[in-house]
Amino acid sequence: MSAATEVSGFVRRVTAMVRKEFIQLRRDRVTFATMIMIPLLQLVLFGYAINTTPRHLPTAVFVHENTGASRAILAALKNTAFFTIDHEPQSEAEAEYLVRSGKVLFLVEIPAGFERSLRRGETPQLLVAADATDPVAAGNALSSLSGIVTTALKRERFVDEAGSQPFEIVQHRRYNPAGTSQLNIVPGLLGTILTMTMLIFTALSVTREIERGTMESLLSMPIHPVEIMLGKIIPYVAVGIFQGVLILGAGMLLFDVPLEGSLALLSLATLLFITANLATGYTFSTLAQNQLQAVQMTFMYFLPNILLSGFMFPFAGMPVWAQWLSETFPLTHYLRMVRGILLKGASFADLQTDFLVLIGLMLAAMAIAVARFRQTLD
Amino acid sequence: MSMPGPEVAIEVEGLSKKFGDHVVVDNLTMRVRKGQIYGFLGPNGSGKTTTIRMLCGLLTPDAGRGTCLGLDILTKAREIRQHVGYMTQKFSLYTDLSVRENLEFVARLYSVPHPEDAAQEAIKRLGLEGRGKQLAGDLSGGWKQRLALGACILPSPQLLLLDEPTAGVDPQARREFWAQIHDLAADGLTVLVSTHYMDEAERCHEIAYIAYGHLLAQGTVAEVIAGSGLVTYVVEATREAHTPGATLAAIGKALADDPAVAMVAPFGVSLHVSGHDAAALEAAISPHRTEAGVVWRQETATLEDVFIDLMQRSKDNMS
Ligand SMILES: Nc1ncnc2c1ncn2[C@@H]1O[C@H](COP(=O)(O)OP(=O)(O)O)[C@@H](O)[C@H]1O
Ligand SMILES: [Mg+2]
Repeated sequence: MSAATEVSGFVRRVTAMVRKEFIQLRRDRVTFATMIMIPLLQLVLFGYAINTTPRHLPTAVFVHENTGASRAILAALKNTAFFTIDHEPQSEAEAEYLVRSGKVLFLVEIPAGFERSLRRGETPQLLVAADATDPVAAGNALSSLSGIVTTALKRERFVDEAGSQPFEIVQHRRYNPAGTSQLNIVPGLLGTILTMTMLIFTALSVTREIERGTMESLLSMPIHPVEIMLGKIIPYVAVGIFQGVLILGAGMLLFDVPLEGSLALLSLATLLFITANLATGYTFSTLAQNQLQAVQMTFMYFLPNILLSGFMFPFAGMPVWAQWLSETFPLTHYLRMVRGILLKGASFADLQTDFLVLIGLMLAAMAIAVARFRQTLD
Repeated sequence: MSMPGPEVAIEVEGLSKKFGDHVVVDNLTMRVRKGQIYGFLGPNGSGKTTTIRMLCGLLTPDAGRGTCLGLDILTKAREIRQHVGYMTQKFSLYTDLSVRENLEFVARLYSVPHPEDAAQEAIKRLGLEGRGKQLAGDLSGGWKQRLALGACILPSPQLLLLDEPTAGVDPQARREFWAQIHDLAADGLTVLVSTHYMDEAERCHEIAYIAYGHLLAQGTVAEVIAGSGLVTYVVEATREAHTPGATLAAIGKALADDPAVAMVAPFGVSLHVSGHDAAALEAAISPHRTEAGVVWRQETATLEDVFIDLMQRSKDNMS
């Protein structure tokens, strides 16, 4: 047989497999619904969490001067439901203790001479220290703070009604040096949702054929394990892209997630990431004896992905062994890439290592899957 | 054994397969000529499916060697698959694909040119017109079997391996099925078909009987019967008998434990009594030949007599 007929036969068989998988996917209403529902449900759930206006955040106000302006600010803060002013520390040490011990999440400091500077139009500084370990809460509260203070000062006629913001808020986020904000949730969600759905889809693919008895027919026909694998992975690449567009689109529309970097780069990273996860799931499928085992394997793998990839906890805070372990997860690299591209405008050069490792992980998973694929019923 | 000639479709020697400690196929040697319909008979669990799976490379034999269409079953499984159609015992097409989609899928995997046309033609040939869009899982047993066979022959194989294709199918459909098998064989296709219906064995050119993993007999139906050396007498209750059942049962009971009698099997108002030693058997039955209400006559053993005898003897040998 010539090389050309070999190649055309390969393409034909892979296409036949892809076609078959697509038809089956379309007929499987439950799976089809899950594919759309998982991302939407998660987004709405998390989106709700993001949008939940934080209320009654324990706050301390350290007032260095007893002036009308500071009293107005204090009153305004007490009046909103965002903050609960539990403490009015009298010393630097006391204020510091309150934040460190977690008794308050915010420390608002009105420096001496604030009112005088304000009247002179000198744009005085309002110091805010935020415990940013809960970035969602911290981010929302900080953004509402300036509005509350400005309104209060205008109402009390310390500043012009029409003027621009007459003071400067100096923020000091603590315990979360990366300055994580709620914008991080959407990229993180993109990675975790894709991981979960992609893994599950392919993890079930081989075991399902074995359990339904169709594997015996399939194996008795002239198709190579590589062709079966590609035929089972490719349809879900399309599904993954669809999910990715859904999540990112909703994230941009609902939560104003920016795209600082290149869309092409983001697409490439996502495509690689989707394929790497599909290959991993497919590997589980070749290792498991039945669908239940495949699902169990998937969850065994998914949990550390969630915990160690930097989605839930800051990566830098983990012990070295955990960091190394998480380097073997596609999610870890993808989170870095997607956060970099979306929020920081990272370029390919910045993310080169992550791209290479992701490709490596994908190829390794595929190699294991092909090697482990049982071509006989022994 | 010599190299298989071009006229040989299947040739295996000393084929064995174990699952754990359980020897399922033991030292099996057989040869199937091209263009033949070869019946593979044996009780459930005797290793028919296992043997067929080894022939098409789905199971690796623990010992032995063999060829399918001149290709080594141990090293050339991939080439063998291109030319062999295997119909599994359990329906194994995709139940969530339509009839047409299943056929097109098969056609594409075998690189059949114009798969849509090939599927359409197969649908017509199978008499499945109007059912092309129906899901395979919604077909009745007989139609599923037809579709499975259609999928097997779609890529124009040279050898068909059919594993109990007619199990659970009504007599009319079975008859049509066998007519189709004979048409295919007439066109030069070799067919190996496993079954446990005796009447189907008689429709084969040659048969092999396998029990507990051992090949016990092989040849044409006449050869297998002659080779068994079985002598059979039929005792029939006459119309005068008041209680034909009781009379026959009494005779059967009296003869069952006689060492000269290999087996006694009731058939309606008659009884088959068989043995291997003609003289000893005659001596054993002579006291009963004069009993009232029955007539005795000697007959050729039926295939069923032979198989039951073979199975009992192999069971005795094993224990
Ligand atoms: N994959 C397997 N693992 C363990 N035992 C098996 C397997 N396949 C078949 N067997 C056993 O081998 C014996 C022969 O099975 P099989 O070849 O299916 O017989 P048949 O097709 O003649 O009914 C049976 O006892 C069956 O339980
Ligand atoms: Mg069987």
